[in-house]
Amino acid sequence: MSQTSKQFCTFFVNGLFFGVEVLNVQEVLRYQDMTPVPLASATVRGLINLRGQIVTAIDLRHRLNLPARNSGELPMNVVVRSEDGATSLLVDEIGDVVEIEDDVFENPPETLRGPARDLITGVYKLKDRLLLVLDTERTINLSGLPCHKEQTN
Amino acid sequence: MAINNEALQQQLINDLLIESFEGLDRFDHEMLALENGTAQPDTLNIVFRAIHTIKGTAGCIGLGKIESVAHIGENLLSLLRDNKLQINPAMIAAFLEYSDALKEMLRCLEKTGQQGDKDYSTLLDKLKQLQTGEPLPETKPAAEEGWGLFEDEPSAATAVPSAPAKPATIAPAAATATPEKTAVIENTTRTGPSVSDSAIRVDVGQLDKLMNLVGELVLARNQIIQFTGKATEPALLNAAQRLNIITTELQESVMKTRMQPIGNVWSKFPRIVRDIAHELGKQVKLIMEGQETELDRTIIEAIKDPLTHIIRNAIDHGIEAPATRMSQGKPDEGMLILRAFHEGGQVNIEIMDDGQGINVARVKQKAIEKNLLAPDQAASVSDREVFNMIFLPGFSTAEQVTNVSGRGVGMDVVKTNIEKIGGSVDLSSESGQGTTLKIKIPLTLAIIPALIVTSGGERFAIPQVSLLELVRLEGEQARKGIEQLYGAPVYRLRGRLLPLAYLNHELKLPATAAAQKSEDAKIIVLQADGRQFGLVVDEINDTEEIVVKPLSKQLRNISCFAGATIMGDGKVALILDVLGLAQEAHVLSESRDRSKTEKPEEQTNASDRQTLLLFNAGDNSRLAIPLSTVARLEEFPLSIIERAGGQEVVQYRGQILPLIEVSQYLPRTATEIARPDPVQVVVYSDCGRNVGLMVGKINDIVEEALTIKRDAPRRGIAGSVVIQDKVTDLLDVPGIIREAEPNFYPATQEHA
Repeated sequence: MSQTSKQFCTFFVNGLFFGVEVLNVQEVLRYQDMTPVPLASATVRGLINLRGQIVTAIDLRHRLNLPARNSGELPMNVVVRSEDGATSLLVDEIGDVVEIEDDVFENPPETLRGPARDLITGVYKLKDRLLLVLDTERTINLSGLPCHKEQTN
Repeated sequence: MAINNEALQQQLINDLLIESFEGLDRFDHEMLALENGTAQPDTLNIVFRAIHTIKGTAGCIGLGKIESVAHIGENLLSLLRDNKLQINPAMIAAFLEYSDALKEMLRCLEKTGQQGDKDYSTLLDKLKQLQTGEPLPETKPAAEEGWGLFEDEPSAATAVPSAPAKPATIAPAAATATPEKTAVIENTTRTGPSVSDSAIRVDVGQLDKLMNLVGELVLARNQIIQFTGKATEPALLNAAQRLNIITTELQESVMKTRMQPIGNVWSKFPRIVRDIAHELGKQVKLIMEGQETELDRTIIEAIKDPLTHIIRNAIDHGIEAPATRMSQGKPDEGMLILRAFHEGGQVNIEIMDDGQGINVARVKQKAIEKNLLAPDQAASVSDREVFNMIFLPGFSTAEQVTNVSGRGVGMDVVKTNIEKIGGSVDLSSESGQGTTLKIKIPLTLAIIPALIVTSGGERFAIPQVSLLELVRLEGEQARKGIEQLYGAPVYRLRGRLLPLAYLNHELKLPATAAAQKSEDAKIIVLQADGRQFGLVVDEINDTEEIVVKPLSKQLRNISCFAGATIMGDGKVALILDVLGLAQEAHVLSESRDRSKTEKPEEQTNASDRQTLLLFNAGDNSRLAIPLSTVARLEEFPLSIIERAGGQEVVQYRGQILPLIEVSQYLPRTATEIARPDPVQVVVYSDCGRNVGLMVGKINDIVEEALTIKRDAPRRGIAGSVVIQDKVTDLLDVPGIIREAEPNFYPATQEHA
């Protein structure tokens, strides 16, 4: 059994299948009320009260430059751990936790462009679809992004 | 195994460092007690134990150099403890130097893991020499200086008292310090300082975590209480009530674990004061009051450096050299008083010296030199303003830069640091009498009182320390009261222009329908960096104690927010950073200059200006009374008004407050005016008694130059003035009271 494998927490964003390593995930929650933060980047959707801890929610659709969610659809929270505490990633739908062997891994294709290029560390070729692996530290680091809403529009 | 051993060694060194630094602080403290004669009988035991522990521990973990240095001092201490020698100032000076040497080695150990290679042989020789009981010929001058500082006989007329006097004064203290049996002490030394028996060290992170958990518990409790409000099950109600009480108590207890007495910071000051005074050739007596006053640990950390700086300043600039003091008839020993006490949910710290005070002329001159003050304004600037200039960046009045202060780290840094933790600094000074600095700081940063406001449908918390007052403008006033200066909105607050910022605009919040419909303007008058501005919000909700939580990294660059908090309903609200917001809105930069040009003028006219309360009597009259005679403004529902002795009264603050309907005592009330419910009452106070004046509507508070234009008294009116371009009658309250209630004024004291 020389094969090594990793466990991934999977979710869907705009029909794409994403995964983050289970070790980085603190918990998964259904939709939570959010308090918007004025003047913040549009990627920051708001603040969530996670049992007394205040957690910043980042909209993955906006972060990955994908079209915005329809107004009726409520996002789910994938709360990931980082050095700075917990951060929530807003996703469309939660998938299963899957265990994948390392030999089906491949670096992202050259054709992958845009902000996703920096955030996706690679692709797992599953039987029926591709799993995109997100780098959580980079995803929640917004320091390179414009700060004010008006500038992003 | 090797790794384990290394880790163990590191752990042992860490323990040694913590223990030894504490021990040496204690050592210094007790040495100073010996020096100024306030030593307790077991003082020598304490210092001996501290050194013995350091020596023993250092020896155990193979720190030979520290062990051998500690050992020499221990020998001398043991001779003193066994009464074989009497302590003298030369020894104390040597011991303090010895303590510094040990600290230096420990710090070196902390940083590099090595004991350092500095040579302490001179010091060690001195200590050995002292063991022989003979005086030190070569160190005598140093000993004399050290002695002169803590002379406790004011009768010593010379600045540097003669050496022979000193053993005489200190010996009795040492003599009373006769220890108990040596064997007993030997037993206790191994177990370390006795405080460790009743106290344990807890990681600060652990306490913070506990605090967070309690915050969560409080929220959960609040929700349960809401649910049980509808319940009728007695068992459930009982349980909920118990939960309520226990949670509150738990919250208080956990808060207490984070509290530390301010004495923890102060314990270093006697040494600092001694050293600075020594260096400057001054004599300073430090008096500390209220060491037990408790503060949150984060605040203790934050005030340490500002306080040290203030103390340095006080000794350097404030307290004069002994000769100067004597020539002015003051005792040659300067007095520095540190006082801490709780007041109104805040901690007050006062630093008083009896030095020369602030030289107003010199500060003015310096301010002109540094372009902080225009020369033509200098004459009209008030003393108070001059004192505040000391807090401006780049200001130092020291004639020359000394080793102690005047190195550019000015009082502005002190002020900024204290304001950063929500505190304030106030300075007063009397030439030749001394200077007093008053610092007010909140008890804790973790939980603060805040005003909750709503704008754009979102709630925001504003820390109460920045809040000055709330102004509500209704209807017509809201449209006319806010004026535009080239697009910059301003409001005339008691005659002065208050720059305004709209929270909706600054935070780019959407305007809600309800807010657009509202005709009122709600202005929150805030203070940031010593200047005022008004913040217009949609709704003012309530004040609340909030738990401050930091924002995540992604949001920290937004200067308008200081953090976030969780409200009673479990939702998150942002805490506004008043200074950041003011800077974003550009309401401060312009007013800095204006405040300079405006204040002197206000000062000169202050004598003939008066603050007036404007109201009417239920009709279109305009009436005014001096605000200084008004105790409070109240609203009473008509239902609580009772009659006693043919007069209307109301029960008010445990007293019976007689009520007077103002309109009945004015000349022109032909028609009966319908009384509103609730009725507006001005509580008027004179001769230690109160009376309630029922008025129609309270309009405004203005500051006006009070020159009576028409001095023709009529019934109930003392005269007329023009206020805000309208003729306003000054109410003759004493006259009305005499008419309505002849017994109000004591018979012996006829009111003018």
